[in-house]
Amino acid sequence: MERIPILKMGPFLLVTIQVDLYDRLALDLEQDLVKMVQKTSAKGVLIDISAVSIVDSFMGRIFGNIASMCKLLESETVVVGMQPAIAITLVELGLPLNGVYTALNVERGMALLKSIIKPANDPAQDGPPASYQR
Amino acid sequence: MLSLSKETIKVLKEQDVVLLRNRVKEVAVKIKMGLVNQTRLITAASELLRNMLRYANGGNCIVEIVSSGRNNGVRLTFIDKGPGIPDIALAMKDGYSTGKSLGLGLPGTKRLVNEFDIKSKVGEGTTVTIIKWANG
Repeated sequence: MERIPILKMGPFLLVTIQVDLYDRLALDLEQDLVKMVQKTSAKGVLIDISAVSIVDSFMGRIFGNIASMCKLLESETVVVGMQPAIAITLVELGLPLNGVYTALNVERGMALLKSIIKPANDPAQDGPPASYQR
Repeated sequence: MLSLSKETIKVLKEQDVVLLRNRVKEVAVKIKMGLVNQTRLITAASELLRNMLRYANGGNCIVEIVSSGRNNGVRLTFIDKGPGIPDIALAMKDGYSTGKSLGLGLPGTKRLVNEFDIKSKVGEGTTVTIIKWANG
């Protein structure tokens, strides 16, 4: 059965989606990812969708679910690399992915994750930079 | 409106959705539809296919290239023999769903395409037709 690989990178999990998602695959990813967060006590999850050409309401909801589920397990989720056409389509569809952190690319996504995670160890800072909308 | 090419694709399981999406993409590229419109069209098709699979256990999709004046476009017709929709006006409302989805499918799809038509008879089935013009 086809599965999307989840890589561990320090305190983070990295998922690069290279295939067109269908429902079963997306649901499996959701489950695998949440289990993996628990198993590895990952502090953050980075999902790279730069190779994904379509995100419909179902997949959008999966991303939202993943973010909420991981949040419950003390982990933050960042979706990175969204194609402009997908951003346009999602907003017109009525699914602006509120509640999911996004970043332009993997590099910036990593930086964002680090900035979100850090405040836990460093009480002087609180929360992610204001420029990122949650 | 002139139909320049026409094919029917059966959609009975989830994996067929990927197949159909690819076919729609090919057709859209053929008439030189821009990337954003392609994405809108394929997303709309994906939403309607999902509805068809969830509520009617699948059905047929007719993929056509149509032409009207100087405009070329893709027309997709989704035909199922499912339970039908008793209240279309309600089904077209944002946030309404009898399933456990977000209820964005139909109203969201309508926003993504240029023409949207839905006909449904309870107990007989539902037919949804959408058109996206290449430069629309």
